[in-house]
Amino acid sequence: MENKIEISDLKVNYGDKPALNGISFNIVQNEILGIIGPAQSGKTTLLKVINRTLEFTHGVTIQGSVKLDGVDISTIGDVYGLRKRIGMVLPLPVGLPLSIYDNVAFAPRTSGIRIKAELDEIVERCLKQAALWDEVKDRLNSLGTRLSGGQQQRLTIARALSHQPEILCLDEFSIAVDPITTMRIEEVLKTLKNEMTILLVTNLVQQAKRLADRTAFMLNGDLIEIDDTEVMFSDNPKQQSTFDYINGDFG
Amino acid sequence: MNKQPNKTSNRPFSETIIELFIRLCGISSIIFVFGIFFFVFKEGASFLFNGLNIWEFLTSEEWYPTSLNNKRYGTLALILGTFSVTTLAMLMAVPFGLGAAIFVSEFCSPKLRETFKIVIEFLAAIPSVVWGFIGLTLMNQLIILVFNAPIGLTMLNGSIMLALMSVPIIVSIAEDALKAVPDSYREAAEALGATKWQVIYRVLLPAAKNGLLAAVLLGAARSIGETMAVLMATGHSVNIPTSPLSWIRTLTATIAAELGEVARGGEHYQVLFIIGILLFTITFIVNLIADLVIKGIRQS
Repeated sequence: MENKIEISDLKVNYGDKPALNGISFNIVQNEILGIIGPAQSGKTTLLKVINRTLEFTHGVTIQGSVKLDGVDISTIGDVYGLRKRIGMVLPLPVGLPLSIYDNVAFAPRTSGIRIKAELDEIVERCLKQAALWDEVKDRLNSLGTRLSGGQQQRLTIARALSHQPEILCLDEFSIAVDPITTMRIEEVLKTLKNEMTILLVTNLVQQAKRLADRTAFMLNGDLIEIDDTEVMFSDNPKQQSTFDYINGDFG
Repeated sequence: MNKQPNKTSNRPFSETIIELFIRLCGISSIIFVFGIFFFVFKEGASFLFNGLNIWEFLTSEEWYPTSLNNKRYGTLALILGTFSVTTLAMLMAVPFGLGAAIFVSEFCSPKLRETFKIVIEFLAAIPSVVWGFIGLTLMNQLIILVFNAPIGLTMLNGSIMLALMSVPIIVSIAEDALKAVPDSYREAAEALGATKWQVIYRVLLPAAKNGLLAAVLLGAARSIGETMAVLMATGHSVNIPTSPLSWIRTLTATIAAELGEVARGGEHYQVLFIIGILLFTITFIVNLIADLVIKGIRQS
């Protein structure tokens, strides 16, 4: 198995406040890596370091290295190109104030695709992948922000898929989605795994158990443990706190 | 037995007083608008319906209100003066104002932004007569020098002054509108690999368009209504404008310059009030168009 991302000794501070205290681990090509842990443990920060949106925030310092396919991402000159290789789904759905069609066509258009037929095809494919096509195919020109919370979340997933990313980061995608839709998206993720590497940050430990090949447990900016999901969810993971968190004893 | 709660008797007396006061404030704004309209209309009404040739008033360029044997009240030159100087001012102020707003809201560091906002607010507080003074002296000579014009008190001079006056208004309102766009939109667009400029023109500008339009229209309203600076900077000469170097006269400046010297209640006096009604109508139409445009944007 090949490493898609190699993170070594990654430290992040917001001003004086540490968010990540030097974590190291690898993400394997075509796996679903579940990242669990309570709030404020640095999960979202980690995703923002990977797609390099964090470093432009005021007062943030980042140390350590993140390698994508063996290349340190901080040496990549075309940061926009890097971001296009990574699909990002944020916890609260953000439908851009554009039509449903334009939301999905946004990223392809920014990379210069202008041909209508090509865009049509991308929009349809992505909306189908995100299990939203049947609900919106007759009103692609209405505003994306008018959709319900769950539909908007699937719209952001469709949008994240629109530039055919190599890595898909999902940051607690099921917060605003009902259980049945969550199940449908989870099925989609299982098939997408064949085409891309998936990082699944989730508050629902059971979701990690259902989907993830491996699971990482983070706490207060430290990586406590990373292992095969079966091991993590067994009766004897290496760390006691992992067992306690997964079994609901804290957090 | 169930007691019906009695709204008025249970309420403390101070509540009632405060509500009454706030109600009065609200109603008074409506009363003032109608009151002003009524007063202006009343002063001009008798000549407007009895004696004034409205067609000639709007389409003739001959403004000779003080002629001894043939008084003519044509305001075409004044209307064109107001419109041309405002349009030219907006052509300069809108790109500059929106550009500055985008810079302050999207590219500035927080520290620089605070400085900028203070400077811009200071600029907005400069009285218009000071701008007129600058137009009369500095800009006058600059225009003579640059364009080799015989006189620098021109439409160009007036519109530069108007632009300088409207830019702070446009900047501060447009900047508020851009700042009101949630950061999550910026993050989402950036995560999709959009460049800074793509984020601005594909996401921020569409999301803030109502506020930006309001900024432009308030800037335009400031220009149309401005009196003192254009009176001093445009030459104040009745003339159909043919180029930015024409000297012109505006509707507002005419009222300001002539009202003090006319006999109260006379024809000329009444015509000046009819010009007031005309200005009222123009601003009403501008506001109406703005409302319709904003509603149209909301529905689409």
